[in-house]
Amino acid sequence: MTFLSIPILTFLIFFPIAGALLLLPFMKIQGSEKTVRWLALALTVVEFLLSLNLLLGMHAGSYRMQFNEDRPWIPFANIHYSLGVDGISIVLIIMTTLLLPMCVLTSWKGISTRVPEFMMTLLILEGLMVGVFEATDFVLFYVFWEAMLIPMYLIIGVWGGPNRLYATMKFFLYTLAGSLLLLIVIVSLYFVGGHTFNIVELMGQHYSKAFQEFAFLGFFVAFAVKVPMFPFHTWLPDAHVEAPTAGSVILASVMLKMGAYGFLRFSLPMFPQASHFFTALIFGLSITGIVWGALMALAQEDMKKLIAYSSVSHMGFVTLGIFVFNSQGLEGALLQMINHGVTTGALFLCVGVLYDRTHSRLLSDYGGMAKAMPVFSTMLVIFSLSSLGLPGLNSFIGEFLVLLGTFRSHMALGIMATTGVILAALYMLYLLSRVVWGVYTPRDWSLPDLNRYEWASLLPLLILVIWIGVQPNPILSLLHASVSHLIGQVQGGVPLASIR
Amino acid sequence: MLPYLLIPLLPFAGFLLVGIFWPYFRGKGHWITVPLVTLSWVFSVRAFMMTLNGPPVHFVLYDWIHSGHFDVSISLMVDHLTATMLVMVSTVSALTHLYTVGYMKDDSGYDRFFAYISLFTFSMDMLLLSDNLLELFIFWEAVGFCSYILIAHWYERKPSWVAANEAFIMNRVGDFGFLLGIFLTYSVFGTLDYQSIFRLIPSHLNDTVQAFSAFHVTTPYSVITVIALLLFVGAVGKSAQLPLHTWLPNAIEGPTPISALIHAATMVTAGIFMIARLSPIYNASPAALHVVAWTGAVTAIVAATIALTQRDIKKIVAYSTMSQLGYMVMACGIGAYGAGIFHLLTHGFFKALLFLGAGSVIHSLSGEQDVFRMGGLSKYMKITFVTMLLGALALSGIPPFAGFYSKDLILSMAFHDGAFGHILWMIGIVTAALTAFYTFRLVFMVFSGKERFSHDGHHGHAPHESPLVMTIPLLVLSLGAIFGGVVGEHYDIVSFLSQNMTVPHFAVRAELSDSTLKLISVVAGGIGIALAYLFYGRPSNIPELLARGFRPFFKLSQNKWYFEEIYDHVFTRPTIFISFLMWKELDKGVIDMAVNGVASLCQNSGATLKRLQTGQLQNYALVMALGLFGMVSLFLFMK
Repeated sequence: MTFLSIPILTFLIFFPIAGALLLLPFMKIQGSEKTVRWLALALTVVEFLLSLNLLLGMHAGSYRMQFNEDRPWIPFANIHYSLGVDGISIVLIIMTTLLLPMCVLTSWKGISTRVPEFMMTLLILEGLMVGVFEATDFVLFYVFWEAMLIPMYLIIGVWGGPNRLYATMKFFLYTLAGSLLLLIVIVSLYFVGGHTFNIVELMGQHYSKAFQEFAFLGFFVAFAVKVPMFPFHTWLPDAHVEAPTAGSVILASVMLKMGAYGFLRFSLPMFPQASHFFTALIFGLSITGIVWGALMALAQEDMKKLIAYSSVSHMGFVTLGIFVFNSQGLEGALLQMINHGVTTGALFLCVGVLYDRTHSRLLSDYGGMAKAMPVFSTMLVIFSLSSLGLPGLNSFIGEFLVLLGTFRSHMALGIMATTGVILAALYMLYLLSRVVWGVYTPRDWSLPDLNRYEWASLLPLLILVIWIGVQPNPILSLLHASVSHLIGQVQGGVPLASIR
Repeated sequence: MLPYLLIPLLPFAGFLLVGIFWPYFRGKGHWITVPLVTLSWVFSVRAFMMTLNGPPVHFVLYDWIHSGHFDVSISLMVDHLTATMLVMVSTVSALTHLYTVGYMKDDSGYDRFFAYISLFTFSMDMLLLSDNLLELFIFWEAVGFCSYILIAHWYERKPSWVAANEAFIMNRVGDFGFLLGIFLTYSVFGTLDYQSIFRLIPSHLNDTVQAFSAFHVTTPYSVITVIALLLFVGAVGKSAQLPLHTWLPNAIEGPTPISALIHAATMVTAGIFMIARLSPIYNASPAALHVVAWTGAVTAIVAATIALTQRDIKKIVAYSTMSQLGYMVMACGIGAYGAGIFHLLTHGFFKALLFLGAGSVIHSLSGEQDVFRMGGLSKYMKITFVTMLLGALALSGIPPFAGFYSKDLILSMAFHDGAFGHILWMIGIVTAALTAFYTFRLVFMVFSGKERFSHDGHHGHAPHESPLVMTIPLLVLSLGAIFGGVVGEHYDIVSFLSQNMTVPHFAVRAELSDSTLKLISVVAGGIGIALAYLFYGRPSNIPELLARGFRPFFKLSQNKWYFEEIYDHVFTRPTIFISFLMWKELDKGVIDMAVNGVASLCQNSGATLKRLQTGQLQNYALVMALGLFGMVSLFLFMK
């Protein structure tokens, strides 16, 4: 499939980046903010619509990489520019391209300085993030993976809150340090795996147990920081608090998923023995993360910190589901990734709505929003209920499948993880009580209800929240083939019937 | 298929229309929701007629979650149990909708309220119609959400949203057990469909489960018992049984129509329904049934003792609900599911009646809820008085009113139930006497005696009878309170309901409860009423004397056995305290400190090491010479 005779995967990476170049001249034009915003919105929407073509063109029944592209890039080291996607990456790509228009919309009023630069950064970031999910060459993957940090660094560092330099340095250095181990493992894979960086080829090899354990741990650090798993999570609340709304949305909805994606795509199929060997470690950290994040969320006064800690808890379900190695666990984890992207993204958008009006994120500054902003409050209630896993909304399906998968393979773990369901209700209802309910005391700010840009950014997510909750099968069916192949890879000789 | 589907869909359509377009209704939301709910009632009566002589109906709506071998669909099932419950729920719901038109008039959230009570009705209908455990669970939680949002209707009042949170969280605790029960059911049976599970039970009777084998706890438990108990934890939360009950009395902070719905039809009955629906599972585990029976019995009597001393009219009725739910749970626990559901049905009518009547009283006194500030109201509001009196007689188990038949059936079946049956029966009889006492205490305090309310109230007018939209529902419900029991007994509703149920092999089928038992329970009710008259029906200082004489007991009852205080000190406060402590001391104090420590270590070591680069050649030469010396000596030493 091609556009303008460019293969679609390449197109999806470079279309936003080219769009960013298009915005370059506007930096010099005074008063062009409005044009820039509309252009950025148009570009991200077109990118989203184009990414939907992946759905139309894919073979849902096949686990193989599709829409493949392959060109030699640095021949002497056998490095290729090779791209490909399967059901898992397609779903994540579409989630990414769906959220970018929301980020543009939420920055409509929220970002007023250096608008062209901001939109350019956002567009470049989008291209790089799509690249991460498409790359099938390890060096190319690593380039996207690291390059992605730069625009994010800028978004927090330039447009962030008062303590932005501390937060952005912490974010950048922490993830960079984690990623260095990734590079070491990639290079050693090259030598051990027959002088190739091709991910599919590297998957086909068998590695000695010792090498697997070394490589797994290297990957683990990189991915665990990104997820973030307990105890590597402390950069997250700081980064969220300082980031502008769009930055928080991208961070929570897309970037956190990349850690989990790394586990799924690389650790499990390449190092199955090590994956089995280290399950206890992952389980321990995941369960701790679920409970820890929830308890921390309960102690927060800053809305963004509360949601950031809730992400730690929710991502604990994801890593848990990935490492139970059965269909429900893995598909639940993937669905939980999507759901967390949608719901937490929406929650950050909601905080942005309030912040734009009041410049406060403190719970103590709010109360009685149901009276002041009824439409907004309804949205916030629905997204919060989604976040706490109310059945009928999206997050329930993912959490349920993860917990079911966990329970089936490790009953005691399943019981412990299920306590997260109670804890989630505690902190989300706490948030609602402080923000939505209560008496509204008028302050020196005005609180108009949602404007049309905010409507436009929240409504699609609202529809998704309900639609996935009522009818998750269309998304699950995209995952079946890849997931059962993945289970085959990681389980080796275990009969399939017992892990379905 | 469509006529069945319309039962839940019509209220849902009402919710969507009013919920989405609420700004345009401006207090006219009832023109959409009331007709739709009434129509839904027509279709549920039709469904009831259709299933009268037919086999259960099943149909699949769509495939919901499919992952690996896990496959759950949204499907509907209508059998006698479902159809009968549907009629009761639709009746109470339709009447409550109508009543709300009068009660919530001039409320700023009028249309929102209608949208949510329609959603409430939809959720309950779907809960009754569901054909597998997971589907039951979704609507189980949906009902919980609706009650949350409706209890918090007056969200500006702190008690409202605190009660709403409490209801949601306490139900979540119950649902924790329910979820684990679902997981275990799927792990054992490989399916969540009712009929498939029931078919497979015989082959798993001797299976055991060792959940914590990793922790060297190796006592094996019968897997069916564990499943039954886990699911029962969910029912304990939803049907407000000890110890997960405190949310129900506090839920009266919501508007009165919602209390009527929650207490009579759309919420607390779900737990009883679930046990009856899953009767084959419970029958396979006598141990679980014992737990169920005793939980019910203890709840019944504890709630009754609390109701004795409450002052808030709605709280008295609320504790009576909890107590009556105890009877129903106890009935299920002795395998008398049909009797339990029969009591649920009659209770649905008279409890809705009592709540709506209480609402009518509160409405006429401009919001007064303390029975000590009422009195003598019978002459102001005749319809409310007479209908509430009928409801009170039904609740007290006085023949020929509805409660007598169903409660008596439960008691006589308990009497014949094995070794502990007599004790259960005795608890039931004592509870019956207490029930009659506190119910008529309420009646006397509110409707007879001196007028203790202030005549110049909030609006400065005398108490008045409520408008017709409010009294008509009372009249209709009182028909149920009068005739519900006779009709049920005449048509043998208990065996009708048992179409899909199995009765445990050890349960004695009490075809005819013997007349002595009947007499004893009527006498118990009579004694209760007589005492209530002696204490409250005429000027008397007996209550004060008793309260002083038995002060510890009085305090225990008045403070609801201190459950709320205990929960506050054992769960709520420690959780908040621990989370703050962990955040400050561990998350920030240790983990983040370590992260920042690594960073400052790098910074400091860089700052220190940079001093080595002095730019003076002498220093470099000295270090080089020292290094050379060191290496050579090391080389020589190694050699």
